[in-house]
Amino acid sequence: MSARGGVVEARDLGVLGCHACGLVSRDIGADHSHCPRCRASLHRREPASISRTWALLLAAALLYIPANLLPIMKTATLFDSHADTILSGVVVLWRSGSIDLAIIVFVASIVVPIFKIAVLALLLITAQRGSDWRRPERAKLYRMIEFIGHWSMLDVFVVALLAALVHFQSVARVDAGPGAMAFGAVVVLTMLASLSFDPRLTWDSPKAPRND
Amino acid sequence: MATQPLCVCEHCDAVYRRRALARREIARCLRCGAELYRDQRYDLNAMLALTLAALIVFVIANVYPIVRIEVQGVASEATLWGAIMATWNSGVGVVAALAAATVFFFPLGQIALFLHVLPALRRGRVPVHFSDAMHALRLVQPWSMVEVFLLGALVSVVKLAGLAEVIPGIGLWAFGILTLLLTTLTGFDLRRLWEIADGARR
Ligand SMILES: [Zn+2]
Ligand SMILES: [Zn+2]
Repeated sequence: MSARGGVVEARDLGVLGCHACGLVSRDIGADHSHCPRCRASLHRREPASISRTWALLLAAALLYIPANLLPIMKTATLFDSHADTILSGVVVLWRSGSIDLAIIVFVASIVVPIFKIAVLALLLITAQRGSDWRRPERAKLYRMIEFIGHWSMLDVFVVALLAALVHFQSVARVDAGPGAMAFGAVVVLTMLASLSFDPRLTWDSPKAPRND
Repeated sequence: MATQPLCVCEHCDAVYRRRALARREIARCLRCGAELYRDQRYDLNAMLALTLAALIVFVIANVYPIVRIEVQGVASEATLWGAIMATWNSGVGVVAALAAATVFFFPLGQIALFLHVLPALRRGRVPVHFSDAMHALRLVQPWSMVEVFLLGALVSVVKLAGLAEVIPGIGLWAFGILTLLLTTLTGFDLRRLWEIADGARR
């Protein structure tokens, strides 16, 4: 039995922990085993976690471009009509004096998605190399992106509410734009990516046998 | 309290022997820092009461308007479904579906699943389709976004405040209370319900 730095891993003991119900059961060595209590499938490591996470992450990064270039909101009044992207919306807020609001929207819609994509890429690359670089910090980063991921939906909800509120016949009207669609997709894809990443990979060394 | 002697860290696979915790203590993984288990007062009655309260507040949040604005004597108000329909009418159906799922159907599903599971467990029985319900509950929770919608509503109120007369509606308060109730419910460790069901089977 090999213990890593005083820590005994489930696979050293020949047991598997169930993510759904917490039961610890004996690893019978089968490729597809199921939790005896809740029937959830058990894996020593999530199969194909890295390639699945990469695929979702790249899709999210690609869609992040139209999400920022396409208008998220269209405003029409008697005098003019204009379209706002996420960033131009933040600038409008800033100029109108709502600096705190501008910062909230900027962090939720711009900083959080970029941070999430960058962190996931870092976690994937280091896990692929079996790197032992700053493992506790990497574990903390993973828990952080799991926690903040869904806050990026903020601007999508703001646009939806403004569209519902501002429709005064021909006087003033707000509509959601295609950017909102791309942006919603980015949020869903980054959430799926972080859910499909198996954080146990952060602690694996290259020599340790993988179960893929 | 622990029916199982061992516990495996979900985030790094480290194995620990379970021990009894002091009040409100949280057991964390020594290696990665993730939470392993915590001392929770598992009063099923309190949980059921919270779930019923969440159901009532959910109905109020959806029936009453969230915000009302007035511009030169003309008024307009928005509910959650008004916002969903407005995005649908703007031609971005995906956004409408996403908002409907994350602010309406998933939170409602969460409440309904708890309402299915808790009364039977309280009476010392295992509810029908218990494991399906528990799996569904675990899958739904990360996609329930009532708290983000609440912040979005607050941002909208402030955004419009300079342009029109803005009156926060009953729906906004209801979403605030719903956020608190759902956060408390989501904070319960579902694995403890599995252990209670194990006790009921015996
Ligand atoms: Zn299980
Ligand atoms: Zn751990």
